[in-house]
Formats: sequence, structure tokens, C-alpha cells
Amino acid sequence: MKVGLFVPCYIDQFYPQVAVATLQLLEKQGCEVVFPLNQTCCGQPMANSGFANLAKGCDRNFVENFDGVDYIVGPSGSCVLHLKEHLHDGNNEAKATYIRQHVYELVEFLVDVLKVEKLPSSFPHKVGLHISCHGQRGLHLSSMSELVAPPFSKPEKLLSMVKGLQLSKPARMDECCGFGGTFCVFEEAVSVKMGKDRVGEHAANGVEYITGADTSCLMHLEGILKRQGSTVKTIHIAEILNS
Amino acid sequence: MQATTKNHAQLSEAFIADEPRTDWHDETLWFVRSKRDKAVHQVPEWELLREWASAIKNHTLSNLDNYLVDFERNANANGVVVHWASNASDHNNIVLKIMRDNQVKRVVKSKSMLTEECHLNPFLIENGIEVVDTDLGERIVQFRNEPPSHIVLPAIHLKKQDVSETFHEHLHTEKGNNDPQYLTEAARQHLRSKFIASDLAITGVNFAIAETGGFVVCTNEGNADMGAHAAKIHIACMGFEKIIPKLEHLGVFLRLLARSATGQPTTTYNSHFHRPRNGQQMHIVIVDNGRSKQLGRPEFRNSLKCIRCAACFNTCPVYRRSGGHSYHTAVAGPIGSILNPNIDMRANADLPFASTLCGSCSNVCPVKIDIHDQLWKWRQVLVAEGYVANGKKLGMKGMAFVLAYPKVYRIAGKMGRWVMRVLPFVTNNKLLNPWYKQREMPEAPKASFRDWYRKNRGGS
Ligand code: SF4
Repeated sequence: MKVGLFVPCYIDQFYPQVAVATLQLLEKQGCEVVFPLNQTCCGQPMANSGFANLAKGCDRNFVENFDGVDYIVGPSGSCVLHLKEHLHDGNNEAKATYIRQHVYELVEFLVDVLKVEKLPSSFPHKVGLHISCHGQRGLHLSSMSELVAPPFSKPEKLLSMVKGLQLSKPARMDECCGFGGTFCVFEEAVSVKMGKDRVGEHAANGVEYITGADTSCLMHLEGILKRQGSTVKTIHIAEILNS
Repeated sequence: MQATTKNHAQLSEAFIADEPRTDWHDETLWFVRSKRDKAVHQVPEWELLREWASAIKNHTLSNLDNYLVDFERNANANGVVVHWASNASDHNNIVLKIMRDNQVKRVVKSKSMLTEECHLNPFLIENGIEVVDTDLGERIVQFRNEPPSHIVLPAIHLKKQDVSETFHEHLHTEKGNNDPQYLTEAARQHLRSKFIASDLAITGVNFAIAETGGFVVCTNEGNADMGAHAAKIHIACMGFEKIIPKLEHLGVFLRLLARSATGQPTTTYNSHFHRPRNGQQMHIVIVDNGRSKQLGRPEFRNSLKCIRCAACFNTCPVYRRSGGHSYHTAVAGPIGSILNPNIDMRANADLPFASTLCGSCSNVCPVKIDIHDQLWKWRQVLVAEGYVANGKKLGMKGMAFVLAYPKVYRIAGKMGRWVMRVLPFVTNNKLLNPWYKQREMPEAPKASFRDWYRKNRGGS
């Protein structure tokens, strides 16, 4: 199985360890992983700001780079959701369609495609799980508190395989952290207040780490934690699963 | 509405400046959301009900012309006078004319978001009519000369201390007495005198039934009934999307409405009005005011399914932390953010951006409006129509350029973390960067993943 590793731009630049962990995890599961070096970005920051028409260049580049793999996997729910919903290429629509149908966020790929049932990982810490909206409400990584439907959680399923990990969930289990792409600067006050409230709930639970499947949310929460001088750290779920 | 040129971001910043009060506001509304969750989890067929409600509304929107005409015919046959208003000013003039024709000076009004949307109160007051809002929350904000901050809980931004002060000033209650029972009793006595003295009652409409020509008004306080029963004239004002085809459809909506709104199994009073009493007049004003325009926008038309339950307000993490007035429109919250740009794109261009697109609103919506997707689509429309600041546009163009060309991207990366300069949420200019105000920047590692990959796995 040939997997194209999709590394969102801000992970490439700021959180390379998340991409390394994703790559190693997939390889340990027996995937042949390629990283197309000319990839840039999924186009989400522009599209969510109302500039979807400017993202066409990104789309074209994405399709060129990820042509010819069986699956495309990336460690970011919101980028993957954006691709699933909005990736088009006028000159190569068949290829774009293939990508839309075969692009996966890491957690859902591990659970739904690779059907992982056990992991050799160990992470003896108390960890709070942050559920990211796009992964949850968009990609259905877990059940949603608003709906009357049976509960499930793909990230929890994976974390339960990790030795020594003590999972803690906040009372508002799927409240948004307030990152929201450019929302985090254009609506700075609300964004930060939302983040502070999320962080506050986890800190009150006495966690050592906050984890999740979306680096952008974690980057926002990390920024707030650091400013507060908190000892709580953020860590991407790929790093825990690969530990 | 409030005469303000400030946008949602600025108004929210002012709201959040009082952090303890923001926490209180957030928790109060979260409590309402939690009550809603408890109530809906007791209905195993909840998701099916939502599906039905959505289907009924979609069908109705596609056949509105017929149902509206049916409704008018059946209402006329019941002895009700039906008026058609194409915009807010028509609506207000129709209402005033009925008052003038009958020499009415004093009116009571129960909750109607439509009359808020049309700014009926100031219009009537200017024309010498005394209007008293009889919903308790509405009366409180009316005393304070404020617009409602929530469509179901109009005074939810106020604490009981605030209410006590307002009542002390207007109803001469004891200063500093914050006892809710005492305050409610004062309001009750005050409102009774208004009900008795009024010549005319205005109500809203929750559901208008085409097949019967009747309409249903839902309140928890019974104030619509008190008004309508005491007055010689009853005017019911409705947006044209309030129509449902048949009486048998009503049950679906009544089961959804109160559970979604407050977690009650049903509203305390669901009053059915069909015909005037002997000697009474009954009028219905059916209003367009931009609705037909919205109906003509394929991507946004289903926003007209809304039954104004406010579940999307209560669940919205942004609304809970910014307050209704930060939306500077009659209908705030997520639904307001997709309805108001239709009415005035320039004035409301900020609203579709007042969201993280978390999607919780669409999940609670009892009629399954894809609210967060419509927020996204409004952003595209507002940019295309030129309602977004030029600075933002330039930044986005720069970003699009870098990201479209891998070579540029990589050179930019080598020149030191291009993201810092290009992504609007991470710039290393700490003074100008709103990210940095209350958050630390991510630390730039020595090597990007690309560098690591080339070193460890080869390739160029
Ligand atoms: S959009 Fe949906 S959730 Fe919001 S007020 Fe209307 S019906 Fe209720």
C-alpha cells in the first residue's frame, strides 16, 4: 500500500516532530510512505477567509504532487477536511476526485483503513484529550455531544492501546478551542478567551499533556499555556502513538 | 438597532474586557444548552424528527406561493384580515394605519423578532403610540432602551442586580432588592395594568397553518394570550416563512421547538388563534423584507427554515463569550450571521467571520440548517463582492502565490520560516501581531520537516 504523506505547511515549518512521528508510525504499520517534496499547502487558510478562488494554485500543486499514490494521509483534521470538501482541479478533475476520496486524517486512517488493534507504544502520563471540531464534526472521528447517536471515539480507541496512559476528558468534551484559522487574529479577544477556557478545564483536571489530532488547535493552546507559565504541555496524538 | 459602526471583533473585545461577567454569561447559556441536551436525549427519535422538520420546511419553501395563498383564503374565510408587506416600512405603516383607523393610542406587544427586525417600536413611538413589550425579558430591555441580546432570552446579558436597578428606576421597587420573586411580582402588577388599559395587542406568529388559516403563538409567560384576549384588536405579524402546510405537521415542530430552546418538553402556552371573537378584529401582516431575495439564493435559501429556537445561540462558543449585542443586529448568533448579510452586505460583512466554523450550530439546529457551511459560503460571497478590507486581500494574495509555487515556497522557507511572514496568524512582528498579544509564538525548530526528510531519507 503506497501512502503519500501530506504535511501541512505549519507542521513542516514549526512542528517537524509531528510529521516524523506520523511517517514512522505509518512505516511501522507496514505502509510504503512517500513524501512528495514539492507539496505546499491545502489552501484552507485562504478558503476559510473567503478567498477560495485564490486557492486554485494550491489545488493544482496538490493534485500534481499526490498523483499516483493509493492513499494520502496527513496529521491534521482540518486540512484533510478542507481537501475532502473543496479540492478541485479543472485540468485534472478525475485525479482531484480520487484524492478527495482517498485522503485521510491519521487517526481515521489507522482505525478505519489499517484497522489497528494494538500498538507497542507507552506513554506513562496523565493526558487530556482535545477534540478538534473539524476532525469531529467534519470527519466524524468521534460522536458529537449535540446528536442523539451512539457514542464512539477513534482517538480514544487508539489512546487506550498506549501503555501507562491515563486519559482525562473535560466536562465540555467537544467545545471548540477558538483557533479557527484566521479567526485567531481577526477575532483575537474571543479566540483567546475560548482557548483560555479550554486550557482551564484541562489544567483543573491535573493533566500533564493536552493531546489532539490537529496541530493548529494545539499550537493555539500551547501559545496560551506558555504565556500563562503553565507546566501543562501540548503534544500531537501521533507523537504519543509513536512513543 | 444600536447605532454603531463597530464590528463584531471590536464589540466582543469590549464585552470580554469584563472577564468574570463573560464567564457568567458563558456558563448561563451553557446551562441552557445542557438542559437542551438532557431533553433531546430522552427522545430516541430525535434525529428523525429533525429530518422530518427539515423536509417539511424544504417542501414548504418550494411551494410557498401556493401555501401562502391557501393560508390567506382560509384565514379570510375565518374572518381574519390578511395584509401583505414587502418590506419593513410597509409593515410598520400597515400596523400604524390599523391603529389610526381605530383611534388606538396604547398597545401591548408580545415577543416578535419580526417587529424587532422592522424596528416597529421606535416607529410607533415616533407616531405617538405607547407600546409596551409584555414579555418580561423584553420589558426589561425596553426600560433600558436596549435591543434584546437573544431571540428567546432577550435580557440574558443582564444579572438580577441589573434588573433590580432598572425596576427601581422605572417601577420604584426597593433599591437593592434583588429577590427574583419580588421583582417578578412588581413586573406582573405593572404589566396587568397595561394589559387592561390597552386597546390593541400585537403578537408574533410561530407557525401559520395553510390548511386551516389558523396560527400558533408559543410563550412561556402567557403574555400573548393576556394581550390578545383583553384587546379589541389583535394584530399578528409574521415573516412569510412561518407557514407550514397542515395541522398534522405542527406536532413535529412543537416537539422540537421548546426542547431545542430551553430543554422544556413543550412551551407553557401553545395558543391556537383562528378567528376574532364577537366584536373583535383580527389582522395578520405577512412580511417579505428580503426573504424572497434569500429564497432566490440557492446556497442560502434553506436559512429560511429557521423556527427561531435559539439553540444555535446557546451552543455557539463565540456567542456565549461575546454577547448578543456584539452582533449589532436584531437577530444575533449564528443564524443572524447568515440572515443579516442578505439584508445588508456592507453593514454585516463582519458577521460570517465571527465564527470558528466549529459546526456545533448545525448539529443542534432542529430543522437542520447547514449554518456553518453557509457562514463559509457567505465569506466567499463577501470577498467576491468586495466587502473585505484590502489589507486582508493583499496578504491572502501573497500567501496564495507562495503556496502555489513549490520553488517559491522552498526558497521562502530557507529565508527563514516563511510562514512567519505569510500566514496572517503567525508573523514575527510582535507589536503588530494580534497572536502575540495573549499567546506565545510557536518556537521555530532548527530544521523543517522537509530538511529532516532530505537529510534522513534523501531526495531533493
Ligand atoms: S437556525 Fe436552527 S438552531 Fe438557530 S434559531 Fe433557527 S432553528 Fe434554532
